[in-house]
Amino acid sequence: MTGFRLFTAFYTLLRRDLLMAFRHRGELANPLLFFVLVVSLFPLALGPDSRTLAPLAPGVIWVAALLASMLSLEGLFRSDFDDGALEQLLLSPHPVAVLVFAKVLAHWLITGVPLIVLAPLLGVLLHLPQPGMPALMLSLLLGTPVLSLVGSIGVALTVGVRRGGLLLSLLILPLYVPVLIFAASAVGDAAHGLQVGAQLTFLAAMLVLALRLAPIATGAALRISVG
Amino acid sequence: MQQTSYYQPSAPSPASAAAVSTITGSGLEVIGLECVRDDRVLFSGLNFTLEPGQARLVEGANGSGKTTLLRAICGFVRPEQGTIRWWGQDIERVRLDFQAQIAYLGHAHGIKEELTTLENLRVAQAMGAAREGVSPVQALTRIGLEGFDQALVRTLSAGQRRRVALARLLLTTSRLWILDEPFTALDKDGIKLVESLLDEHCTSGGMALISSHHAVSLACSVEEPIRFS
Repeated sequence: MTGFRLFTAFYTLLRRDLLMAFRHRGELANPLLFFVLVVSLFPLALGPDSRTLAPLAPGVIWVAALLASMLSLEGLFRSDFDDGALEQLLLSPHPVAVLVFAKVLAHWLITGVPLIVLAPLLGVLLHLPQPGMPALMLSLLLGTPVLSLVGSIGVALTVGVRRGGLLLSLLILPLYVPVLIFAASAVGDAAHGLQVGAQLTFLAAMLVLALRLAPIATGAALRISVG
Repeated sequence: MQQTSYYQPSAPSPASAAAVSTITGSGLEVIGLECVRDDRVLFSGLNFTLEPGQARLVEGANGSGKTTLLRAICGFVRPEQGTIRWWGQDIERVRLDFQAQIAYLGHAHGIKEELTTLENLRVAQAMGAAREGVSPVQALTRIGLEGFDQALVRTLSAGQRRRVALARLLLTTSRLWILDEPFTALDKDGIKLVESLLDEHCTSGGMALISSHHAVSLACSVEEPIRFS
C-alpha cells in the first residue's frame, strides 16, 4: 500500500513537471537552441574542412551539451522555491529523495533526451566519422543523466541565492569534468575505430552512483535552502 | 518502508500509545524553544502544548517570529534550543510520520500557476497523506470554487488562489494544521468559511496552530494565544 502511494506520488510529480514544461514550450527550446547554435558556429569559424573539424567534433559536441545542460538546470527548483511548492514537497510524508528524483527525471526527459536525438545531426555537421555516432549517442545517454543528477545538488544548494548562476557553475563544473573526459574520449576513440567499452562502462558506473546518491544529497540541500 | 504507521490517519489510540513506552500526554509539545534569525533572538524559552480538538493562535507584531515558530514546527527552521515533540517523540526522530500528520499553509500558496485548480489539488492529494472519500472536486466545491476546476490558477484572483491552497487541507488526513495568516486576501465569506473548516477540523479531533492579525471566532476549544512581543 505504501509502495503504491509512493509510486503514485512519484508519477504525479513527474507528470506535473512534464505538463508544466509542455505549457511553456518556448522555454523548453532554449537549451536545445543553445546546443545547436554553439555547435553550428564551429564550422563557420574553423572552415568546413573535415580534417580540422573531425578531431574536434567529440569535444565540441560534449562541451556544448554540458553547458546546455547546466544552463537548463538553473530553473529546476526555482519556481517551486518561489511559489512554496518546494515547502510542500519537503513536507510530504514520502521520502524526499524519491520526489527529487521524479523532478530530475522530468527535467532530463525534457532537456536531456532532445540533446541525444539531435546529437547525430550535429555530428554530421562536424564531420564526425560514422563509427563515432553510436558512441556519441550512448555516451550522451549515459552522461547527460549524470549531469542532471549531479547538477541538481548544486541547484538545490543555490536556489535560495538570488543570481546564483555563477556560483552554480563554480560548484558543479568541477564535478562535470570526469563525465566530460570519459565521454569525449569514448567518442573520439570510437571515431578512430577503437574499443570504447572501458569509457562507457565508467560512465555507466558514474550514472549508477549518481542515481543512488545524488537525490539524497539534493533532498538534504533543499532542506538547507528552505531553512 | 520501515515506517509501519506511515499513513495512519489519526493520533495513536491509547492501545498503541501503551505499546510505545515513550509516548506521553500531548499531541504537540513545544519545550524551551529558542529561534534565532540573523543573530537576533526572536523568542526563547517558549513552552506550549496542543491537544487534539484544540486550536491555538499565534499573535504578535510583524517580524516578531510568528512565521519562524510555525516553520520550526514544520522542520524548515532548525531551532537554536529546545525540542518539539509529537506524542512524546522528538519530531526529528519521527520526521516522516510527523509529516504525514501536518498540513502547512504558508505565505506562499504552494500551488502552481501553470496548472488548473483541479490539477493542483490532484498533485497535493498524491503528495500528502490522502484522505479517502474526498475528491478534489468536492474540496473545491466546499471551499467555494465550484465550476473553477478547469481554470488555470494564473487566471484566479489572490483570494481565489488562497482558497485553492486552503482546499488542500481538506484532501489530507493531517491532524495538525499549521496556518500562517490563512485569512490573507480572503473576503468576509471566505473568513467565515475558514473558521467553519477549523471548527470542523477541531471537533473531529484535529489540532490547529494559526498565526493571524484578524480576530478569529471559533466555536471549538481555543487555547490562550501565544503572544510574541
